[in-house]
Amino acid sequence: MTVNWFKYSAPTTFYGLAGKMIPWFAVSAALLFCAGLYVGFFVAPVDAQQGEFYRIIFIHVPTSILSMFLYLIMAGYAALGLVLNTRLSSMMATAIAPTGALFAFISLWTGALWGKPMWGAWWMWDARLTSELILLFLYLGFIALHASIDDPRRADRAAALLAIVGSVNVPIIYFSVQWWNTLHQGSTIKFSGTTMHVAMQQALLIMLLACWAYAIAVVLARVRSIILERERNTAWIAELPEVKR
Amino acid sequence: MFDLLVLVIRRDLVLAMRRRADVLTTLIFFVMVVSLFPLGVGPEMDMLRKMAAGVLWVAALLSSMLSLGRLFSADYLDGTLEQMMLAPQSLSMLVLGKMTAHWMVSGLPLVMLAPVLGLQFDMPVRELGVLVAGLLLGTPILSMLGAIGAALTLGLRGGGVLLSLLVLPLCIPVLIFGTGAVEAVSSGLPIASHLSLLGALLVLSLVFTPWVTAQALRISME
Repeated sequence: MTVNWFKYSAPTTFYGLAGKMIPWFAVSAALLFCAGLYVGFFVAPVDAQQGEFYRIIFIHVPTSILSMFLYLIMAGYAALGLVLNTRLSSMMATAIAPTGALFAFISLWTGALWGKPMWGAWWMWDARLTSELILLFLYLGFIALHASIDDPRRADRAAALLAIVGSVNVPIIYFSVQWWNTLHQGSTIKFSGTTMHVAMQQALLIMLLACWAYAIAVVLARVRSIILERERNTAWIAELPEVKR
Repeated sequence: MFDLLVLVIRRDLVLAMRRRADVLTTLIFFVMVVSLFPLGVGPEMDMLRKMAAGVLWVAALLSSMLSLGRLFSADYLDGTLEQMMLAPQSLSMLVLGKMTAHWMVSGLPLVMLAPVLGLQFDMPVRELGVLVAGLLLGTPILSMLGAIGAALTLGLRGGGVLLSLLVLPLCIPVLIFGTGAVEAVSSGLPIASHLSLLGALLVLSLVFTPWVTAQALRISME
């Protein structure tokens, strides 16, 4: 039996697959959020230095991680779309951008809320905060460029080029900002052992999974809308039960 | 290949000289932005001396954004750009020529003007030297990164503002190392690392940006 590896790279087939996947990811995101927040707020012990304030970590850290990963994934999809000229990859890149920007924004917002009790100021020109802010700017640039070009194919390719240039620049920006100023606490989770309580770790991990599940569900839902919008004149869209109705 | 480069540079310079007002507007903008800062933050010399490098660099960044819109737009509107893309010569080389001409017209005058404006902020001579060295290495990078944005936003409505939105975040490392060098010399630290990093960025952009800009032009023109 031969397997067609590219079956789901066509919008026609992917549309249905995404529709079937969304409920699974959405439900697991909701369950994981509830579990993660419960463990984070009620099970995990109080921190020795930071008291109850540290609990914002359970939102702050997963959203920061996701905002960075999503940029790379977005740039990867954009590059695929540019090189192989596949429609679905570019649609995925477009669908990921708003979610990534949202996570970057939440991460900055919760960072500010955390900074007030810890550093005594809402905002510090600290390396990580600043590079997260620049990441948000890069997302906004991608979205703005895509939105201001009317022809979707040209918009895809121009935005893809911008995303690739941005992802080459991200490490340069990150290190330049880091040399410029550092106040943020270092990572607590390292590959060689950790200084964290087990319940804290578990809560963080659950919240991270919840954010992933949420991001996947939302991106799939958005990509379905994009497919519907761009392929609205095709025969297979007209045959869909939800369109026929 | 170098004949082509020289030809493009000479052509763009002649065109710029025919429209001197455009070049001068950018320069006047630079001088004005720099002069507004003391009015905004007060005339204490100690504070002005400290922020001089930052102010000059940010002003240079903004005024280089201002002139980027013109980099390809005139050639795009009268069809020259299309002919250039059809030409058998490499488009990257042509783009490199246009970038160089753009820098000579809008970057180099800023570099030469910067020490005079630095004196207004009472910068010591040693710092002025480092500032100029940094600007000499940094402003070509701004022109080259800006060219990518200019090519991507070619012919779009509201292109100018969009261009700044795309390019400014990418220019942040240049700003950091440029002002970092001046800060290092004022606190008696070695400056070689900052200037070497700027030089590295310059070489890196020299290698990659002409090709990326050429790709962006192809996307915008199809």
